[in-house]
Amino acid sequence: MKQSIIQWFRFASPQSFYPLAGRMIPWFWAAAAAFGIAGLWISFFVAPTDAQQGEGYRIIFVHVPASWMSMFIYLVMAFWAGLGLALNTRLSGMMAQSLAPTGALMAALSLWTGALWGKPMWGAWWVWDARLTSELILFFLYLGFMALQAAIDDPRRADKAGAILALVGVVNIPIIYFSVKWWNTLHQGSTINLTKAPSMAQTMLWGMLLMALCFWMYSIAVALTRVRAIILERERHTEWVKHALE
Amino acid sequence: MHWNSVGEFFAMGGYALYVWGSFGACALLMVAEPFLAKRRLSEVRKSLIRERLADELETQQRTP
Repeated sequence: MKQSIIQWFRFASPQSFYPLAGRMIPWFWAAAAAFGIAGLWISFFVAPTDAQQGEGYRIIFVHVPASWMSMFIYLVMAFWAGLGLALNTRLSGMMAQSLAPTGALMAALSLWTGALWGKPMWGAWWVWDARLTSELILFFLYLGFMALQAAIDDPRRADKAGAILALVGVVNIPIIYFSVKWWNTLHQGSTINLTKAPSMAQTMLWGMLLMALCFWMYSIAVALTRVRAIILERERHTEWVKHALE
Repeated sequence: MHWNSVGEFFAMGGYALYVWGSFGACALLMVAEPFLAKRRLSEVRKSLIRERLADELETQQRTP
């Protein structure tokens, strides 16, 4: 095998990734804390009162980050699951398995905070509109992925089955994203687009973006911690694990 | 900063239940989840150490 400039698969084995993840985790916690403190400061002490929603709109500073993360984590999870399916790599499957609970948590928070926002503003805890329903389906997909993997004894077969479920479920992500454009929904339309400037106040936007970064760094930190546990659990029969805890 | 008092801050203009219910749930779950993940890691480590000790005991018993 010729030595290429970029070693693409250097950290593709559980053995080499385990210590790398261990070194990365504290940095992601530090980043999460920094973004979180800055974001919360803006959320409560800089962003002004909303003309229509008063102080109630501040839920946006956790609702949007949780919703974005619920969708993004699913894409990352499906990516690793699909890669594991295609290349038959164990670590990819472990990463997908590690991301699922965090993604489920974000989806649950999106639904919870959304309901708490909807009640005072729309008068309803829940409506079966396109965005809310597709986010609920996303939450069920996460739970289904976790349940399916838990139900299969052989971890490699569980990886493969989960990967197929994750990949089929990916269609839900553009549905959630475009739901407010395609259907007549109660949920408001998109304020942040790829093609035009955001239509919200600067300070509100900054608060939202900083909190989104905080949730992102948090998700990585937790997923890396969990994948380390999964690596040790699934590789316990190997020599390096036996010697790793000396 | 536009809060005239701590009470005003906690009242959130009448939306206290909804705003603090949201931030509270986030804080709760985002503390519980890393705690559970860390615990899972430490449990598997302890289990591996126990396994190794059991192996060592077994080999000691076989070679008196």
